[in-house]
Amino acid sequence: MLSYLKSSLIAAVWFVFLTFPLLVVKVNTLKGTVEWRWMNMLWVGLTALVLSAIWRWAMERREQGAREQVEDDEATEVKPSLGQRLLEEPKLFRPLVGVVALLALLMPWVSEMYQVTIWVFALIYVVLGLGLNITVGLAGLLDLGYVAFFGVGAYSYAILNTWYGLDFWVCLPIGGLVGALVGVLLGFPILRLRGDYLAIVTLGFGSIAKIVYENWEGVFNGAQGIDKIARPGFFGVEMDISAATTFTYYLMLVMVGFTIFVTNRLKDSRIGRAWMAMREDEIACVAMGVDLARTKLSAYALGAFWAGLVGVIFASQTTYINPASFDFMLSAIVLSMVVLGGMGSIVGVVIAALVLNLLPEYLRAFEDYRMLVFGAVMVLMMLFRPQGLVANVKKTYSHKVGGEDVLG
Amino acid sequence: MAEVVEKLLEVRELTMDFGGLRAVDSITLEVCAGEIVALIGPNGAGKTTFFNCVTGIYKPTRGEILMHPPQRKPQKINGFKPNRVTALGMARTFQNIRLFQNMTVLENVMIGRHCRTTTNILGAILRGSSTRRQERETIEKSYQLLNKVGLSAFADEFAKNLPYGAQRRLEIARAMATDPFLLLLDEPAAGMNPQETRELDELIVRIGHEDGIAILLIEHDMKLVMNISDRIYVMEYGKKIAQGTPQEIRSNPKVIEAYLGEGGDDA
Repeated sequence: MLSYLKSSLIAAVWFVFLTFPLLVVKVNTLKGTVEWRWMNMLWVGLTALVLSAIWRWAMERREQGAREQVEDDEATEVKPSLGQRLLEEPKLFRPLVGVVALLALLMPWVSEMYQVTIWVFALIYVVLGLGLNITVGLAGLLDLGYVAFFGVGAYSYAILNTWYGLDFWVCLPIGGLVGALVGVLLGFPILRLRGDYLAIVTLGFGSIAKIVYENWEGVFNGAQGIDKIARPGFFGVEMDISAATTFTYYLMLVMVGFTIFVTNRLKDSRIGRAWMAMREDEIACVAMGVDLARTKLSAYALGAFWAGLVGVIFASQTTYINPASFDFMLSAIVLSMVVLGGMGSIVGVVIAALVLNLLPEYLRAFEDYRMLVFGAVMVLMMLFRPQGLVANVKKTYSHKVGGEDVLG
Repeated sequence: MAEVVEKLLEVRELTMDFGGLRAVDSITLEVCAGEIVALIGPNGAGKTTFFNCVTGIYKPTRGEILMHPPQRKPQKINGFKPNRVTALGMARTFQNIRLFQNMTVLENVMIGRHCRTTTNILGAILRGSSTRRQERETIEKSYQLLNKVGLSAFADEFAKNLPYGAQRRLEIARAMATDPFLLLLDEPAAGMNPQETRELDELIVRIGHEDGIAILLIEHDMKLVMNISDRIYVMEYGKKIAQGTPQEIRSNPKVIEAYLGEGGDDA
């Protein structure tokens, strides 16, 4: 107990020292006087002391828990959390999905257009997260330039629509395919890279894409961006903004469902297993007969495909795009969604995408602090649940062969 | 045996340089059908480098590696990617265990079936009847292999949670899943206790004789090597210093001097 107090006291003094110039000293440049706000110092010190003590206590408990788990019989499984149980038991999981789907369907009828718009963007992020989940979560290829593919999709629709008058529905698959194609093209030169090197190169690709949008005036219209992009039509029905937004919302719901369906099938197939094996150990993977080049390119292409696809929807929803929409911050946020949700876990990524998007929106009242909260949540998550919100569920397979071991 | 010996792997004058260091120095080696061949030598003799060259992980500096897949034309496989070598029918395990830690035991074996199945992306999404059939076959075959190595009880466990000896056996099962005609085992008994080593001994002999898979293994456990090998090659400092039957190797003065003489328990 005393040791808590001692180390917390040191932490408090350190914080007081750190915040001293900012919170205590206030120079009034007009009057040329210095104001000393000692009360602030007291508050900082006290808060730091209390928080630090709580923190230490929590860490201690966590370590104790870990120790007890090790001491327990090794055969006993780690107890599944409530969330994990919800996912693994179809009896609980199916009705849950039903309720969520119903709520999602009814949402536009009970809320204002502003809300619906927020949700459209949140759903766009869900698809982005699921797409990046293929590249990063399943295949283990850290991609910091994912936004490039999103931009490719958005710009291909913007250009095809404003220049050639092509319809949204024609451009939707084109956007996805162009995204996938660019994914393959960028994938080729980085086939040999992995880990940190791969991350840096993809970061470079993301920046290059943005610079190209900004400076190639002839095609991308430079920093001004492209405006008057058509919204998605529905058999020529005239729609006002509100109806169009609702329509896009439903379109996005379908899209999310489609993405979940496809990624789930892929994950649970020969291709998905090869991705995961590549993530776990490239050398062993190639030695087991998996073609690494093909597997890597397919992971890039499929991740990029979804980004391109929702890029088209993004452009049609905002009706105006400029290079500023596609900066590194977006890549970083989508990546955080994947990591926070749990690498490779589809449900986890969906939840994380919604939380990370809606939380800042609904925290607008606390405008000044929301990024602070955001950051704190990230730090805490990584410390206490590094495997993400929903750890990847272990897949079991039924079989006909009896379980009699010849050996042992 | 009277029948004509069918060669499966022929390595001629294989040399591998790392900068100025010659790790493997013109090694010539053969493995024939039905044989269990051991490659022994002190630590750092270049045995694993030799394996890495043969399986395509390294590109050898000089020399020829010929593979004779049954009922097919012999192929020179120098410079082939490892996955092509595996697809041709030569599978391996690793000295430092390289399992897919965060996948289940069964999934590890299923990866071995990758090169024998053909489902593509579209097939995986649509999951038609041929995809489902392949998937079922993959699962059944993988379970059979787990039965064979005595791991089917752990099928749904993460590979990282297996005890050490079981991890080694899982590596063998995973390699077997690629339908090889030649299996390369890199120190399969390393880190195993005597009981586990005996079981492994049986397992290797069973794979060799029942499944008709030829085996080339690197091993330090002399008892195991002398027990199960038909022929033995001995390497030291990258060079081959002896070859022959276990009896011949036992009494070879060069080998005794280089290797068995210093602490070999079965010389």
